Amino acid sequence: MSEPAAPSTAARPVTVAAAAPADPAARAVIEIDDVDFSYGPSRALHDISLAIHERKVTAFIGPSGCGKSTLLRCLNRMNDLIDGARVTGGEIRIDGVNIYDPRVDVIELRKRVGMVFQKSNPFPKSIYDNITYGLRIQGMKNKARLDEIVERSLRGAALWDEVKDRLHESALGMSGGQQQRLCIARAIAVEPEIILMDEPCSALDPIATAKVEELIHELKRDFTIVIVTHNMQQAARCSDRTAFFYLGKLVEYAETRTIFMNPANPQTEAYVSGRFG
Amino acid sequence: MSPPATTAGMIYARPTPAKRAERAVFWLLRLSTYFVLACAACIFLDIGLKGGAVVFRKEAPFINVPFLTRAPETLNVLEFEGRKLTLGDAAFRKFRAEHEAALKGVRVETYVYSAGGIFPNIVGTVLLVAGSIFIALVLGVLSAIYLSEYATEGPFIRFLRLAIVNLAGVPSIVFGLFGFGLFVIAFDFGVSLLAGWLTLALMVLPIIITASEEALKAVPKGYREGSLALGATKLQAITTNVLPYALPGILTSSVLSIARVAGETAPIMFTAAFVVRDELPWQVQQWTDFFFQGVMALPYHIYVVASKIPQNEYTRDVQYGTAFVFLFTVAAIAMTAVVLRLRLRRKYKW
Repeated sequence: MSEPAAPSTAARPVTVAAAAPADPAARAVIEIDDVDFSYGPSRALHDISLAIHERKVTAFIGPSGCGKSTLLRCLNRMNDLIDGARVTGGEIRIDGVNIYDPRVDVIELRKRVGMVFQKSNPFPKSIYDNITYGLRIQGMKNKARLDEIVERSLRGAALWDEVKDRLHESALGMSGGQQQRLCIARAIAVEPEIILMDEPCSALDPIATAKVEELIHELKRDFTIVIVTHNMQQAARCSDRTAFFYLGKLVEYAETRTIFMNPANPQTEAYVSGRFG
Repeated sequence: MSPPATTAGMIYARPTPAKRAERAVFWLLRLSTYFVLACAACIFLDIGLKGGAVVFRKEAPFINVPFLTRAPETLNVLEFEGRKLTLGDAAFRKFRAEHEAALKGVRVETYVYSAGGIFPNIVGTVLLVAGSIFIALVLGVLSAIYLSEYATEGPFIRFLRLAIVNLAGVPSIVFGLFGFGLFVIAFDFGVSLLAGWLTLALMVLPIIITASEEALKAVPKGYREGSLALGATKLQAITTNVLPYALPGILTSSVLSIARVAGETAPIMFTAAFVVRDELPWQVQQWTDFFFQGVMALPYHIYVVASKIPQNEYTRDVQYGTAFVFLFTVAAIAMTAVVLRLRLRRKYKW
């Protein structure tokens, strides 16, 4: 093979997009700065830099294994649970504080950065106990206050009217979509600033998915939301900004409209138009 | 050349060596299983029939109450006024006092442990099982939590697991002698409940640790992550959202352990069991003495009456009766664990 000539227009190198022009109204809550991440010897993230804006929905898209979930789980340090997994370079700052600083209290961090998982995981307890779990382990015992938070959280997750008569029944008797909204209610009960959602709709039918998406739309008035999704329509429907990852690299990060209508990178265009991945 | 085989000709069953071998092996497997069943049935029938004859009565109250409520006594057999009398020790003393003169010259044969009952043995076995299972569960569950939730897999932890598995293979007589050397002599507990508890607990620890670890590992990862993501510490996540759901599995291990602890004779014969003791376990001077007293136990009693005393027609009843009550006691203790497990399962369904 001969040496490739000067980069032609036909070549499709994986380039890292420059950060999209910031919306002057939005403040960057999470700043991901040149982050590398490894599972033991295998490197999962390469030099990721992006800023996540306050009270916006940011979607991470990309094919399986591209590192989007890994990055999401770095944001509340859930990756700490995996042996040998660690951030090997760069910084993640939330409100200007590097969350991998040894002085950071992981427990406090996770209270402020809530998470909703791919597989809805309501605890095998009553609906009421699920919602109050996070508060009770912090030692809150005031019954009236707990009742109030349960109602507010369930209303916040658009679930109150469906379950208000069976708060003390097992959460496992709910439908899949209700379970996932319960997990969202449980997360907002501890009043985080940021909610991370790891493919929250991948196990739901279209109607339940629509309800969760509607909910995401409501929630962004109060919370900063980061959502990982395989479903590109979902990213297009409910996010403000979208980041496209491929092979552990950030390919492009911009306003969702730009990513889907007018992507700068040909790889992004190929992915969002369904030609690969 | 033969005509080409049609499909119909092909699929009709024809005996081939492979098919014959399959049939033979199938029967071998089936018969082996039935053989096990037949052995178990023989044992249970034998003990049930002969022991049942000792424990149950044809008239009201249908149960041989003295056998279940009295301590073992020496049996006195004598011929008196043409009748053959079989009297326990207490009854014989009373009888002798009444017929002092008439008994002169009458030959009295005595058979040790062949009268009375086995109440202290039942109490002793229940105490030994309860105490040792409690100790083993506490130690075992704590170790299992460490191994399953905290320990980082590495050469040391692998070595630790190997050690635990090996502990399960140690013969019970070795545990008995170890307990005797360590608890009875070195720690100076004497032949005591405490020494027996610790020895039996060590013996069943591997079962409990292994089964508890499996039970903990079977709890979905989502519950741990869900708790942690809500700001729980690892300990909070384990106590509120892992351990409760693993309890039914842990209790399964304790059912197996109960059967072993109750049944083993070797570990207690050096550490906790007395051949005979007049006081019952709660008849102690002060409460601390409770832990440092030896007890009578059913398996050891069976061993004694079956091999340590002269055999005759009177000892047989005690042997079968004790074996029957023993099986029943173990089944009863195991059933409580099973019932507890069922209730927990219903409470924490996942």
